[in-house]
Amino acid sequence: MKLQKATLFALLAALELARDPTRQLSAAEIAQTYGISANHLAKVLRDLGRAGLVEALRGAKGGYRFHANAKRVSLYDVMALFGDTVAGGGDIPHPSDETEVGRALAQVLNEVDEIAVATLKSVTLATLLKSLERDAKRGIALSH
Amino acid sequence: MSEPEWLKNQPIAPVETAPVKIREAEPVDIPTVSDLDARITGIPKPDYWRRAFTRYGTRPQRYFLVAERADRVCGFIIGEDRAWEFGSPPCGWIFAIGVDPAHRLAGIGTRLFEAICARMRANGMTTVRTMLARDDALNMAFFRSQGMKGGSFIQLEMPLD
Repeated sequence: MKLQKATLFALLAALELARDPTRQLSAAEIAQTYGISANHLAKVLRDLGRAGLVEALRGAKGGYRFHANAKRVSLYDVMALFGDTVAGGGDIPHPSDETEVGRALAQVLNEVDEIAVATLKSVTLATLLKSLERDAKRGIALSH
Repeated sequence: MSEPEWLKNQPIAPVETAPVKIREAEPVDIPTVSDLDARITGIPKPDYWRRAFTRYGTRPQRYFLVAERADRVCGFIIGEDRAWEFGSPPCGWIFAIGVDPAHRLAGIGTRLFEAICARMRANGMTTVRTMLARDDALNMAFFRSQGMKGGSFIQLEMPLD
């Protein structure tokens, strides 16, 4: 699955900020961590702020802080803010949709989409962050 | 416009403070489990639950556990060890879980899940699997939060006309 840049940046920023909701980070700091464009990320963070997912803090030490309930925000929720929600049955009608082969092909593609959507809806930011902790613990255990 | 889900704080857990005990189901629990399932799914199936107890509550390598709080059953989980289905080495399977809605958000589902996994592990299982309806967001999110991920098998089906 290939995400639009804005969606990927939004997911990275939301997850980074949700790691510690008390911490505030600037767009530049997050961009540096993930090697992405700070300008583009700043725009994405403004969108996340408008959606209420993060809070913009003003002042010399301004930045962003996670402002939502990470147990209730799924990866799909963040993707949906940027209109990146998997094809969803094909938005652009095509004459082949009316053919036998076109319909059969659409059925398979829909099956793939439905599985992707169910997966993205079931993984919250908190679940993904918890899996990081779990993997880290496992790594420590394996290295001993 | 209504507030998006993610702005809502986690609902407050029930005030109930009595400790929760996880134990093997007994015949006397089955009517309560059956009622609980009927309330959750909206489909009463007492015969199924009687048979389920005979199949999974009384045999080795099968697990039928209940959560009990203040002498009242408030949750259940069922599973078994399976082996060599389409080449799958022995693994644990969970195929039912339910927690009384009045007792949710208190970690009871997690306690049931951990208890069944511990029993499976003790029997030599190294993997646990489950299968859910694609639109069962509640259970899907629950199992994900426990660390389960998409596995190496795919479920297929067709209508038998």
